[in-house]
Amino acid sequence: MTYTVWIVLTAVLVGLSCSLIGVFLILRKMAMMADAISHTVLLGIVVAFLITKEISGPHMLIGAIIAGLVTALLVQWLHQFDIEQHASIGIVFTTLFAIGVILIATSVGNAHLDVQHALMGEITFIPWDTITLPFVGKVPVATAMLSLVLVIVIVSIIAFYKEWKITSFDPALAASLGIPVVFMHYLFMSLVSITTVASFDAVGAIMVVAMLITPAASAYLWTDKLSIMLLLSALFGVTSAIVGYYVAAWLDTSISASMAFATGIFFLISFLGSPKHGLISKYNRIAS
Amino acid sequence: MTETVLKVNNLSASYRKNTVLHDVNFQINQGTLTGIVGPNGAGKSTLIKTLLQLHPTLTGTVDFFGLPFKAAQQVIGYVPQRGSVDWDFPTNALDVVLMGLYGRIGWLKLPNRSHKQMAMEKLEKMGMAAYADRQISQLSGGQQQRVFLARALVQDADFYFMDEPLAGVDAATERAIMAILKELKEQGKTVMVVHHDLQTVADYYDHVLFLNKTVVAHGDTTSIFTKENIARTYGGNMRWTLKEEESHVVHSQ
Repeated sequence: MTYTVWIVLTAVLVGLSCSLIGVFLILRKMAMMADAISHTVLLGIVVAFLITKEISGPHMLIGAIIAGLVTALLVQWLHQFDIEQHASIGIVFTTLFAIGVILIATSVGNAHLDVQHALMGEITFIPWDTITLPFVGKVPVATAMLSLVLVIVIVSIIAFYKEWKITSFDPALAASLGIPVVFMHYLFMSLVSITTVASFDAVGAIMVVAMLITPAASAYLWTDKLSIMLLLSALFGVTSAIVGYYVAAWLDTSISASMAFATGIFFLISFLGSPKHGLISKYNRIAS
Repeated sequence: MTETVLKVNNLSASYRKNTVLHDVNFQINQGTLTGIVGPNGAGKSTLIKTLLQLHPTLTGTVDFFGLPFKAAQQVIGYVPQRGSVDWDFPTNALDVVLMGLYGRIGWLKLPNRSHKQMAMEKLEKMGMAAYADRQISQLSGGQQQRVFLARALVQDADFYFMDEPLAGVDAATERAIMAILKELKEQGKTVMVVHHDLQTVADYYDHVLFLNKTVVAHGDTTSIFTKENIARTYGGNMRWTLKEEESHVVHSQ
């Protein structure tokens, strides 16, 4: 396959897994947590690298899950001491991210890890770093990892669909029915972490937030049904990825930035034009 | 002989460093309808949440049907405050009622046709069948509360806790909810309700529990719902409510 196909495929996988997870980030009102975890997984990756001296595959996923859970736990812990939720998120993630940056600069040295790359990602380099998988053949590492994460995300969403729904809508009732609300919370944080780390190589820590939040926020404006919201969010995520790639190729600019920008355009269109919650229809309703 | 279905011993709970409940002791008999009343910040919601282990217990024990909470969980129903959830959530009325069955449906399964049938029956009972497909943000406050009640009914619990089910609802909904509560009581179920309107306590509940950080008084409404107990619970600033209460009594006679 050509490089272009691999890059577009990778971008689409990022768009899909991020936009699906994003729906529950929005419904659980945890958008800020995505921002936090997208930064702290850097520390997880660096520590995983320092321990195993490898920078691919399962090590990174496990490092990311641990970093994500540590972030969620620390935020919860600080919050107990009367520190406002968003303030504790801000404190925890910047501190953990800073440790990650310092470790990269001092201990990791010339390995394939640098801050610029971590923040912005570089999807154009993805086709060069390949592994050989049974049955499939030579595949870029990032693409393989994203496929694995997408499968995990979809299976988790389908398998625990009603549990996600009830713990997002009414956690108190869920707990009184015996549904493990706390376990679901940390499971969700783990899913956010692996999605983020898998998308890291492609779009970096900052743009991944756009892919997580914006397609889901746009979908929220179009529908009153959770299943449709998931499908729409996925559609917006994938379309943004593809449009972003071709815009970047046309203007010769950063692919991840174009993808993030495309999600913003989708949001703007939804915000103005959605028949249910859009600005124009609201204005028309008031006028009529 | 009436059976004791809830025993609370020496219960206390706190928010951060402030103790909101201390030395709470009471027993509830089967088939009673109890109104929990007390001033703002008296710990009414916290009491319910602590009993249901949604809020950590500092000291004390709670027995349901002679069992610890976890063992009795399946037969206990809870109706949270209407304001505690996001009504913009993308779901409809029928779906919210179905959530009452999620504990029973079990892992890896989705609600089937018979579950939907049960949920639909309860919506009908609350006069909400026509709104089953309605997005929940498009329901009025009273309709939302009816959906919550339908969700509690579908659980088919033996003991219900309801947190201010009459707050901000229209008169018709208030009557409908009270009719349902009486019906539950007649079926031998036990109900505890956080209530904020002192004027209706005597009409609505056969038992009353005065709460202000601890149990001030508890028992039969006829003997316990007195001016003295109201004054002891609410302190000196309740004169106007007492006056209204008296005028209400005069009106209705």
